Amino acid sequence: MKGPVVSWFGMEIKGKSGSLTRREFVATGAIGSALLASGCKTAVNANWEFLAPGEARTLAAICDQIVPADGFPSASQAGVVNYIDRQLARFYRPHRDAYREGLKKAQELVRTTHGQGLEALTAEQQLQAALLIEKEQAEFFDLVRRHTFEGYYGSPRHGGNRDAVSWRMLGLAEPPLLGRAQYDLRKADGK
Amino acid sequence: MKRVNAVVIGAGAAGGIVAKELACAGLSVVLLERGKWYTAADCRKDDLRNQRTTVLGNAFGPEEEGNPRIWVDAKGQAHTALANEGPYQNNAACVGGGTLSYGAQAWRYMPQDFRMRSIYGAPEGSSLEDWPISYDDLEPFYDKAEWEIGVSGDYSGTPFHGPRRRDLPMPPLPPGKEFGILEPAAKRLGLHPFHIPMARNSIPYNGRGPCMRCRWCVGFACEVDAKNGSQNTVIPVALNTGNCELRTGCLVKEILTDERGRARGVAYFDERGRLQEQPADVVVVSGCAVESARLLLNSKSKLFPNGLGNRYDQVGRHFQGHHYTGAVGYFDSETYDDIGPGASIAISDYNHGTPGLCGGGMLANEFIRLPIHMVDRMPPGTPRWGVGHKQAMRQWHKRSIVVMGPTQQIPTAAGRVTVDPAVKDKWGIPVARFEGNSHPHTFEIGDAQAKRAEAWLKEAGAIHTSVMTHKTEMVSAGQHQAGTCRMGNDPHGSVVNRFCQVHDVDNLFVIDSSVHVTNGGFNPVLTIMAIAYYASDSLVRTWKGTEMRS
Repeated sequence: MKGPVVSWFGMEIKGKSGSLTRREFVATGAIGSALLASGCKTAVNANWEFLAPGEARTLAAICDQIVPADGFPSASQAGVVNYIDRQLARFYRPHRDAYREGLKKAQELVRTTHGQGLEALTAEQQLQAALLIEKEQAEFFDLVRRHTFEGYYGSPRHGGNRDAVSWRMLGLAEPPLLGRAQYDLRKADGK
Repeated sequence: MKRVNAVVIGAGAAGGIVAKELACAGLSVVLLERGKWYTAADCRKDDLRNQRTTVLGNAFGPEEEGNPRIWVDAKGQAHTALANEGPYQNNAACVGGGTLSYGAQAWRYMPQDFRMRSIYGAPEGSSLEDWPISYDDLEPFYDKAEWEIGVSGDYSGTPFHGPRRRDLPMPPLPPGKEFGILEPAAKRLGLHPFHIPMARNSIPYNGRGPCMRCRWCVGFACEVDAKNGSQNTVIPVALNTGNCELRTGCLVKEILTDERGRARGVAYFDERGRLQEQPADVVVVSGCAVESARLLLNSKSKLFPNGLGNRYDQVGRHFQGHHYTGAVGYFDSETYDDIGPGASIAISDYNHGTPGLCGGGMLANEFIRLPIHMVDRMPPGTPRWGVGHKQAMRQWHKRSIVVMGPTQQIPTAAGRVTVDPAVKDKWGIPVARFEGNSHPHTFEIGDAQAKRAEAWLKEAGAIHTSVMTHKTEMVSAGQHQAGTCRMGNDPHGSVVNRFCQVHDVDNLFVIDSSVHVTNGGFNPVLTIMAIAYYASDSLVRTWKGTEMRS
C-alpha cells in the first residue's frame, strides 16, 4: 500500500507537476485517508532546502491536521511542506527562526503530554495535539495555518497545490476556460 | 542634460495623461518612472504574487527590499512595513502605476462629493472641506477620460449620478450569474442597481480587443490587454508625438529650486544608480499621495527649510483612502459562474442622504474570489482549520457572494504622511512615515454600509451571512490613497491652488490623487484622470514658451 504514496512523493521530490488521472487522484486520496487513520508516518522527502528531515515530518503532521485527507489529498500530499520549505529559502526567510523554534517547542510539548513524537501518534491523538499547539503556541500555529492554506489553495507553481488538486476539489475548471467573450452569456444566465 | 519644458514624475494614471497632454501641445517632456514597463506578455496568473495578494511579493513593484515605510500605531509605537505588507499602503511602481493591474472600476464622483463640508458640516476633530472646484468644472474632463482611456458600463439604471453630456463609449459586459441574483433583489428593496463603469473593453476599442472574462483580474496585468490603463493608452500616444521621453528605473531624489524659489528641475537616480539632474521649465509631481508628499517634504533648501509647498505645514495632511466594509452571503445553490471580472453590479443609493451620516459609499459585488481569498471568509461557526474547514470550502466557495464598498473616509489633519527622521531607503532618502487615523465617524458609516450589504444579500436569498467590518489603527489608504497635497484657495489650509499649482512655487505642480480634498465613495481613478486632463488643460493654456503666465 505504501508503494503508490512513495511514488506520489517521488514526483514531489523532482518538483514536476505530474498530472494524475481521475482514478489515480481518487486512489491517492483514499490512501491518504487510510494512512492517516492507521497513524502511519507521513512520507516526506529528504531533499529539503531549509528544513531538517525531522522538522519536515513534524511540520507535515501539523499541516495535515490543518488540511487533512478526506477523499481529497491532505496538505502534505498536495505538496504544502514542499511549498513552505521552498519559501523558507526564499520569501519566508524572515520566518526561519519562528519555524525552527516553533517546531522544536511543538515536539517538546507533544512529547510531554503524549510521551512520543507528533508523527507517531494516532489520528485522534494528532488532532488533540494540534489543538494543544494552537492553544500553547498560538502565533506559531497561526503562521503555519496561513502558510498551509497558501500552499494548498494558492498557485501550483510554487510547489504546493500539486496538480491544482484544491481547485479541482472546489469544482473549478482546470485548466481554466479562457476567451469566452464570443459566447452569449445571457443563455448561460438562464434568462 | 538637455533642458526640457516639463519633467513629469511618475508614469501612473495622472502622470501618463499629463505627459500626453503636454507632449501633444508641443512641449518637450521627460517622463520619469521608478519602476519597469510591463506589457500584457508579463501577465502571470499567480494567486500568491500579484498586486492584491502579495504574500510572495508585489508583482509590479516596488521591491520588498530597500524600500521600507514606517507606520505608527494607536499607541504611538512605530513599526516597519515592507512593500508587500498591508500597512505599507502600496499602490504599484511601474509604467501605468496602479492602472496596469487594477480592477478598473472607473467611477465619476457625485456632485455632492465636492461639497462635503457645505452639505454635512465638519464633524468635530475632522478636516472635512469643500473642493475649490465643482463637479461641473470636471465634467468635460470626466467625459474626455471615459472616451480616451475607454470605459464600458451603463448608468441608465440609477438616478444617483451627476449630469452627463453623453453615454459611455462602450456597453457593459453581458451580466454574469451574480448580477442575475443581485439585480432583482436590489429592485425589490427599492434600490437602483446598474452596471459598474469599468476602464475595460467590452467590445474592440482603441485598437485592442475585449475582455476574455478570465478569473484573474484585479491585481493582475491583463493577458489580452483589454484593461485600459495609462500604459496602453495615453503613454504610447505621448511617445508617438516625438516630444516625450520615458525613462524607467529612475527614482527622483528631490526637486531642485533656484535662488528665486522657482523649480529648476529634478535630481534623480537613474536605472544604474547614478545621480542625474534633469533641468526643466516646469516640474509636475504625479507620484501618488504617499510618494508625492514624501518628495515635496524631502525637497528642502534654504528658501524651503520644511520642504516644498510646506510653508504652512500642510503637505502630507488629510491623508485618506477608503474604509472598505461589506458582507458575505452564503447561498443554497451555486452563485459562481467562473466568468470574470466578477464585479458587475452596484448601487449608489447610499452615497449621500442618510440622516446622521456624513456621506457613505457605493456598494458593489466583489471581483471573482480566488480560493485563497475565501479561506478566512467562511460562514460564522466554521472551524478555522481541519476537516470542517475543508468541507466548508467545498460547500461554500461556489455558493457565496461578497458585497462591499468604499466608505468615504472623513479626513483629519492628524492622519498624515511625514518623512521618518531616521529610516532611509536604499538610495539614502528618508522614507514615508504614517501617523494618525481617519475620523471615528468613518467607522460608523462603514458599519451602516456593511448592514446594508447584508440586507441586500439576504433579500437575494442568502441563507447565512457574515458582516465584514473593522476599525483600523491607521488610515486605510492603500491603492486608493489621496489627500496629502490638498487643493484649495487658501494657502494656509492647502498645498495647491485650483489648477494644481503649488501655492508659492508657480512652476511646480502636483497632479494626482494627492490634491483630492475628499475622496468620494467610489474608486478614485477616473477622478484622478479627469483632474490630470483638467490641470493639463489649464497648464497648456497659460504656457508661454518657457514659463507660466502668471
